[in-house]
Amino acid sequence: MNPTARALEATFGNAIGRASELRDGWTSVTVRADRLRDVMAWLRDTPEQRYNYLVDITAVEYRDRERPLEVVYLLRSLERKSNLRVKVELDPRGELAVDSVTPLWAGADWLEREVFDMFGIVFAGHPDLRRILMWETYSEGYPLRKDFPLRGRFSRAEQVRQALNVNPEANYSLEELSIAESYDELPADMRERLRRGERGKVAGSE
Amino acid sequence: MTKRTVELELATPGVDAQGQPARLPLVADEPVLGGEHLLINLGPQHPATHGVLRLVVELDGETVVRVIPHVGYLHSGFEKLGEYRHYNQIIPLTDRTDYLSPMANNVGFALAAERLMGIEITPRCTVLRVIACEMSRIISHMVWLGTTAIDLGAFTPFLWAFQERERIYNLQEMWTGARLTTSLTRVGGLMADIPDGFVDALRHFTQTFPNTLYEIDRVLTRNAIWAGRTQGIGVLTAEEAINYSLSGPMLRASGVPWDMRKDQPYLGYETYDFEVPVGEHGDVYDRFLVRLEECHQANKILIQALDRLPDGPINVSDPRVILPPKSRAMSDMEAMIFHFKQVMEGVKAPVGEAYVGVENPKGELGNYLVSDGTAKPVRWRIRPPAFINLASISKMSEGHLLSDLIAINASVDIVMGEVDR
Amino acid sequence: MASTISLDAFLLDGVIDVKHVLETKEIAGSPNYHLTSWKRLVDWAVNQSRANSLWPMPFGTACCAIEFMATAASRYDIARFGMERQAFSPRQADVLICAGRLPFKLAPVIRRIYDQMPQPKWVISMGACASSGGIFDNYAMVQGIDTIVPVDVYVPGCPPRPEGLLYGILLLHKKIKGESLFDAMRRRDEQPLDEHGLRLPPAEIDEVSEPFGNSVHQFRSA
Repeated sequence: MNPTARALEATFGNAIGRASELRDGWTSVTVRADRLRDVMAWLRDTPEQRYNYLVDITAVEYRDRERPLEVVYLLRSLERKSNLRVKVELDPRGELAVDSVTPLWAGADWLEREVFDMFGIVFAGHPDLRRILMWETYSEGYPLRKDFPLRGRFSRAEQVRQALNVNPEANYSLEELSIAESYDELPADMRERLRRGERGKVAGSE
Repeated sequence: MTKRTVELELATPGVDAQGQPARLPLVADEPVLGGEHLLINLGPQHPATHGVLRLVVELDGETVVRVIPHVGYLHSGFEKLGEYRHYNQIIPLTDRTDYLSPMANNVGFALAAERLMGIEITPRCTVLRVIACEMSRIISHMVWLGTTAIDLGAFTPFLWAFQERERIYNLQEMWTGARLTTSLTRVGGLMADIPDGFVDALRHFTQTFPNTLYEIDRVLTRNAIWAGRTQGIGVLTAEEAINYSLSGPMLRASGVPWDMRKDQPYLGYETYDFEVPVGEHGDVYDRFLVRLEECHQANKILIQALDRLPDGPINVSDPRVILPPKSRAMSDMEAMIFHFKQVMEGVKAPVGEAYVGVENPKGELGNYLVSDGTAKPVRWRIRPPAFINLASISKMSEGHLLSDLIAINASVDIVMGEVDR
Repeated sequence: MASTISLDAFLLDGVIDVKHVLETKEIAGSPNYHLTSWKRLVDWAVNQSRANSLWPMPFGTACCAIEFMATAASRYDIARFGMERQAFSPRQADVLICAGRLPFKLAPVIRRIYDQMPQPKWVISMGACASSGGIFDNYAMVQGIDTIVPVDVYVPGCPPRPEGLLYGILLLHKKIKGESLFDAMRRRDEQPLDEHGLRLPPAEIDEVSEPFGNSVHQFRSA
């Protein structure tokens, strides 16, 4: 068992749930969602811990509806060659929101976007949370949820129709449109559309 | 010039629990530079993006101010498919994520499944898997070398590199029957043992392959154009590389001496004598040197592996996991029942989870498997090295020229099948 | 005969020789389409030049793109068959080779690239995923690019061997040599059918995308 688990329990008390040793030799601890930011900062910055490398962020939804949906963080300390798995449990039927760890590890940026895209978990504080693997106006749902069927919710013809009517250039990100100098050069209808908040719907593309 | 901030109310694509779009205000600062910036679109169909990658580039003249990559144009739903397949049925899917080094992906997944099920593979299987991984390293780096050289204007190394790939493809075809989609491993062993003549053919390859590497080295390494286009380009310091979760040659070129084969070994890599090249400057040139040297080291490992290849079975002798030989399955009742259960129901993994990270040519490939006791995993997560490495491209390209962006994009060594899965 | 022997010496199997062209009455797609001999000669000349210098637009997405690159490399050289220059701009391409799987996110892109190609244009669907969706019968994958663009030659395989792709290219050559400039029905169907941009009726798309075979296990999760 990784000694970090004991140190975490000593420092954060009841925000840390059960620690267990897994089949692959990693130690896993559960953290309460509201203390996640503090725990992660402590893990990264404390001199004895120094988990400076984020291996992966993912989410797991179980087939058993009673089990919580877990957001899993795989951390590693390169200098101590030590691995740790941190899990946050969410209610699959409730609101899925968790703090973003992008301020701590820059690699979390795209990983959290992917978890948002596939599961619908919103990461508070993420600089640019939008879909990354599906197109931004994808309306079928969140693919990796267990109630999402393998072949999708719509019929094949409807999926083709929706896919063909996505204008690839209409979906610019917040960052791209923040080029404020070119904002004045955008066509008037696009500016209007942006003000109204209708992203992804270009007139004539429907 | 006065700084002007514009308040834009934009709808984010995020939705809250009621399914309504969540709105966040955005305050954007005007860039304090004279002249207009150009927003151009590179891709998703473009010869130099190494697949279907879309880069939106903000240019100030020829200088890149910002790059925003858009991925997902090859998203194939692998992880969702994995929840509907038995563990052995997932192996052919793993060929198609990183299709430049299929055997290495097969091995990575099989290791994760075996760790989950608590299976120890045989010594011969271990050495054969090392051979498969190093062959994959060579072919992946050969594609990288060929396509990067083409992007920077050198066409001939592409043909030399692909000729070496053809020789490895012959070996792969000799072993598994397929050039590219090998599906080499099974949980607990391999799909087949190496045929007669394989060891001699591979030994011959290891003797002649260094000549091609020396040719490529002679053409590129001290070439003024090559050095001019790659030195000092796309620099990432060691701290930035660690913070961006880079892995593989990208991480090592920035000076971080981390290699899964040395630091968290698997398949007996601690018993092989090889070196891990580590760069210094973290630029495109260092990544090139690191990958070129890795090919030499892979060759060295192949020679050692061939020398120590032990005899014995390639599969575990557990009949619940490995299909019995066909002759016995057709004649012996017990073997027939084992065969039936494995094919119809699949091998059931115990409840639990396992993550195994291996050193793929592109970086650390991780397979995270969660099981609830059934034959199909609850969650199959691929930790994609190319996806995570690609996220750093916006940091690396700021301030460089547009043609440097092509070189930087090439140096990340992406394969869109793995980026998008 | 003497005059054709020297000509035959340069001709390979499968290439129509001039004498045969002038004697045959039926060439174009419709079996009852008759041509006068000068039109046949024009067709022969045009088709020869079109078929023997097809410039491919490699719309390579996944694993098949690697086999396409291997076909273009020195061992299986497609430059021998006229595909010397890979046209990465669709405006300068003749044949769109869709090599690899096509997710829904990429569908408008291939449609736009196909629309940007000038006539005459052909499409080769390389691999199982481009032809039918392949092993990816899920929410993200187009079940065959023929639901989006008209396809001339399907090359099966996962991925097809370079020899397989070359056979497909030679089949396309044969198809091109059977075409006629004077055929009014040629290339009639490349306009989308309805205002949504679909070129097949929705019922047909659904029927073509149905799962193959009767295995229910592949859609059962546990």
